[in-house]
Amino acid sequence: MINQSIDGFLPPDVGNSVDQIFVNAKHWVLTWLTTAPGWAAQIVSSLINIFALLAVFLTLFALMSVLERKILGRIQNRFGPNRVGPFGLLQPVADGIKMLIKEDIVPARADKLVHFLAPILIAAAAILALGIIPYGRNMTPFTIDGGILFFFAVGSTTELAVFMAGWGSNNKFSMLGAMRAIAQMISYELPLIITVLPVVMAVGSLTPDRIVAAQAGYTFGFVPRWFVFAPWGAMAFVLFFVSGLVESNRTPFDVPEGESEIVAGHMTEYSGFKYATFFMAEYIGMFAITGLAVTLFLGGWHSPVHALEFVPSYIWFFAKLSMLLFVYIWLRGTLPRTRVDQIMNFAWKFILPMSFTCVVAAAVWHYAGRGLRGWLWSLVVIAIVYTTLSMLLDTRRKFAPRIYRFAE
Amino acid sequence: MSSAAFVIISIVTLAAALGAATLQKLMHATLSFAVTLVGVAALFFLLGAEFVGLVLVFVYVGAVAVLIVFTILLTRRGVETHRGFNWGGAFLAVAVLGGLSWAIFNTQSAAVVAPRVRALTVARIGEALMTNYVWPLQCVGLLLTAALIGALVLVMEEKR
Repeated sequence: MINQSIDGFLPPDVGNSVDQIFVNAKHWVLTWLTTAPGWAAQIVSSLINIFALLAVFLTLFALMSVLERKILGRIQNRFGPNRVGPFGLLQPVADGIKMLIKEDIVPARADKLVHFLAPILIAAAAILALGIIPYGRNMTPFTIDGGILFFFAVGSTTELAVFMAGWGSNNKFSMLGAMRAIAQMISYELPLIITVLPVVMAVGSLTPDRIVAAQAGYTFGFVPRWFVFAPWGAMAFVLFFVSGLVESNRTPFDVPEGESEIVAGHMTEYSGFKYATFFMAEYIGMFAITGLAVTLFLGGWHSPVHALEFVPSYIWFFAKLSMLLFVYIWLRGTLPRTRVDQIMNFAWKFILPMSFTCVVAAAVWHYAGRGLRGWLWSLVVIAIVYTTLSMLLDTRRKFAPRIYRFAE
Repeated sequence: MSSAAFVIISIVTLAAALGAATLQKLMHATLSFAVTLVGVAALFFLLGAEFVGLVLVFVYVGAVAVLIVFTILLTRRGVETHRGFNWGGAFLAVAVLGGLSWAIFNTQSAAVVAPRVRALTVARIGEALMTNYVWPLQCVGLLLTAALIGALVLVMEEKR
């Protein structure tokens, strides 16, 4: 017997066979195991989910790494990788082989065990976080009651792993980079969680599947009921996206690895495959956070237009995911790196109050009847707080000669 | 399968706890302590109390362990010297063990079969927190706000 609540795959009851093709395939494999004991079927079922997840996201990682270089090349008016395979598409394979055959250098004074465990821990945390996201109808690798909380609980262990990388390397650049990364991650974890709260409040559940189910249907017959179309949802989505950008240490918030200041941050002493693992974990973490953004605000696997609902749900999910990932690359090609103090000020003075405002606006939206009236009232709340904050935080009036506090 | 999982998790947790108490380098002890916390969270998961397990990982591994690690990093200099057997610590450990065992053996429910409880869902915990335990919740919120303001006051720059 397969435990459905752990397994997450419901029996195939939906008529659309293309939509459910992967679910049906898994059930077909599991029918071979009907005579096997329950625990064996459960383990096989979990293993299928794990392998599917890894296969999809490692492929996406390879694809993303080459597409990122291509798009950045396009933005900067050059070609980007175009030597290996057609259009340079086999570049990740060449890169992977290069990384594998590189020498693995461990500093003599490093703490060998901690240095070794850090990349593994980071990658494990990033991959675990992927597990709770619904990739399509009946396609959540594992459903647990507090799925959203699981995502953040797993994500919070990354900080310890980054610290292990920095401390275990026994290098001042590594340590400084790790401290920067941790300060940044802790500061932005708070708004990241608080911007999720309005959605959780509106749905009344921490389960990603319920959150996606709550976004089904269309207002007036054509506007999808995604949370991004409510004022509080739009604000929370933008804040979540920016905080996610910081959490995954992407440009313009990649100060932990500012080359000109601290070499490569906590990754300075890593080489070869361990460095590749860090690189992979960064990308997988990025997929996880954008996947959660799609689930929470962009309607998960629901189609944006009623007429296009015949397109399989997983295609919609990955279309939305790749759209957000493109914005990540676009931002990287467009914006310069910010300073550490700018990032911190931005987090505590602007993003945090605004995310609390989203919670209030969602409550206003709920108590004003969740209709047009609620829509307008929540917009008013957000507009008032936004204008007040921007007036309070206006620094243009008080420019003064610069004082160097640490560089005298 | 669940009993096998219990044995494995318990062994890992106890080994990590032993490591936290005996490892020479303070940083290793802290990391080992974090493993212990993850093990305890896994035990909660095994009992079906997912929420408690997740919050344990979230708060203790994500925040408290990082805090301990930074405290050690920013306050200690050089190598730790061996300072002999710590009698005070041993006394405290025995006292805590005694108190806990006394409490466990005086609890009635340990002797009888546990009653069938409804699944401990997040919704039920939220409901309890917002109805029966709303005052303790508010008090904790006030305490945390006070701590936050205190931290801000500590790091505030003094205007000359």
